[in-house]
Amino acid sequence: MSRAATAEDGRGTVLSDTAILETQGLTKQFGGLVAVSDVSFRVPERSIVSIIGPNGAGKTTFFNMLTGLYRPSFGRVYFNGRDVTRRRPDQITAAGVARTFQNIRLFGTMTAVENVLVGQHARMKSTVFGSVVRTPFVRREERRGREKARELLAYVGVKPERFEQTASFLAYGDQRRVEIARALASDPKLLLLDEPTAGMNPQESEQLTGFMHQLRQDRDLAILLIEHDMKVVMGVSEQVTVLDHGTKIAEGEPQKVRNDPKVVEAYLGKQG
Amino acid sequence: MTATAQRLRRNAQAAGPRSRTAARIATAAAILAVALLPFFYDSGSPFIEDSTVALVYVVMALGLNIVVGFAGLLDLGYVAFFAIGAYTVGWFGSSFFSSRNIHVGVAEQLTNLPGIHLNWLIVVVIAACFTALAGAILGFPTLRLRGDYIAIVTLAFGEIIGRIAVNSDEGVFGIGDFNLTNGRRGITPVDKIDLPFVERFTTLDLRPWYWTALGLALIVLFINFRLRDSRLGRAWIAVREDEVAAVSMGIPTVRVKLLAYALGASMGGMAGAFLGSFYNTVNADQFEFSFSIFVLAMIILGGLGSIWGVVLGAILLSFINTRLIPDVLNTLPSEVGLDFDLTQLGFGIFGFLLVIMMVLRPQGLLPEKRHKAEFAHAGDEDIVREVQA
Repeated sequence: MSRAATAEDGRGTVLSDTAILETQGLTKQFGGLVAVSDVSFRVPERSIVSIIGPNGAGKTTFFNMLTGLYRPSFGRVYFNGRDVTRRRPDQITAAGVARTFQNIRLFGTMTAVENVLVGQHARMKSTVFGSVVRTPFVRREERRGREKARELLAYVGVKPERFEQTASFLAYGDQRRVEIARALASDPKLLLLDEPTAGMNPQESEQLTGFMHQLRQDRDLAILLIEHDMKVVMGVSEQVTVLDHGTKIAEGEPQKVRNDPKVVEAYLGKQG
Repeated sequence: MTATAQRLRRNAQAAGPRSRTAARIATAAAILAVALLPFFYDSGSPFIEDSTVALVYVVMALGLNIVVGFAGLLDLGYVAFFAIGAYTVGWFGSSFFSSRNIHVGVAEQLTNLPGIHLNWLIVVVIAACFTALAGAILGFPTLRLRGDYIAIVTLAFGEIIGRIAVNSDEGVFGIGDFNLTNGRRGITPVDKIDLPFVERFTTLDLRPWYWTALGLALIVLFINFRLRDSRLGRAWIAVREDEVAAVSMGIPTVRVKLLAYALGASMGGMAGAFLGSFYNTVNADQFEFSFSIFVLAMIILGGLGSIWGVVLGAILLSFINTRLIPDVLNTLPSEVGLDFDLTQLGFGIFGFLLVIMMVLRPQGLLPEKRHKAEFAHAGDEDIVREVQA
């Protein structure tokens, strides 16, 4: 569908009718344990959507099914109109989904630039033979890859003097930034952020909120995030989905969800 | 002489990116020195023989380094690829299959002999292809496994190939009556290497062998450097560090791992094709499990993943094996009144060396910068040590 259908940036956005991501009855069982049960939901194009829920609600499991790390027991995942349910994670990344991890998973012994270069893997075309001979194409691709990596790192706010530093020696905040840059390196249409503000102070969280809006505007993508910080969730998302014990208990605009009695119950327990 | 070369190399490496030109000149000088080395010795000198073997071990160690050092897949069955490479030259470069009469690009004396005689350059390409295929086949069952379990499967693979070699003189693994390997009696004689534009190699003049081994080592060295700094090289390191993150970043881990196995194996195969011709025999006793450990020890000693480290480790262990123990130190026990030869302790000595290395310098002699970072990071262990103390 046309981009014209997706309206202005910021609050009060009219959501696109077209879904970039859609799931139907997604279920994951580990033996007898049902981690995610029959979740159907959609992420409209160029939207920012949050998944919230108490610990152990199945949020990360749900993420892992979207990215192909787990195979759903039942249900379907559609990305950009195509069924990607049984695809491998690298194929799903190539199709245009990128992610970060709850506990940062950078390649610790690589530099920041190299990490972002790995993120470009699916978009690069150098072959084994080409790399050994180092053809003009390979040289050009390597050079452009490095340039792109530096641009992305600068974009997410990493200082140039940190570019060639080994990732495991970077400060926590920088590691988070590098991880986002690495995810952006595959030119995703949908960015999945698993608790991006974990371990951040309130100012940093607020910065990130602003950054997500900027990101959507600049790179024309949709963002789906798992988040615990309610201030971030309320500030950034146009749609909130609440999971509890693996099932979807509420969905809709942030304000509406916040006052939903079921949600209050899931977080605070039943009121007497 | 080699010590000078190694020092030059080390200097070349220490120079860093700031003086890349200087490093290049130093590397070129070192290669030249190594290439001129045979002129300082007799053409049939045992030193040249040992150096030739050392260079072939460099090729093997660099191949194994791709699998273990770059991609982080512990392979304990590398001897299998040495075996397959050696048998390739046995099959396609000897009178072993005497009922066939195929001659391609070989000297006139050989055209009268029965059997399959292909030029060594063709054989080495076939060996590389065979072993690459074998490497990929070995890779398949290990794809879903991690760490120690990969080691067990590869170990078994090496043993299977070794057993097939021993037991395929009457039927392949005892099935049928086709003689595939001639078992422990082996395939001999094997055609000498015969390169275009130069005289056929002989056992009297070892220099051409040395230069061929050097050429092979340089080609493989070059390929290693290029692969390490490529898209694939980064993918290997990513898989080694964190497979989940790697696959989530769009790296097809299956493909990338199989490529590591296949490329690493093909280098072992080329080395095997050389040694089969050089030793003039291919027999089942050459393909023991201990050989896999020997090559693994080279890359651990030198520094896992570090290309120059692996080269150094291979040369050192090779010379310890072929010179230091049997020639220099062999009479040491009898001189102090003990009744045994040091050669009997060969593997004990390697084991001892490895233990010493692990205690004093676990990152290897010339560590890769990534691993250096890892070891520098071992702060937790220091804390544990303090707590225990």
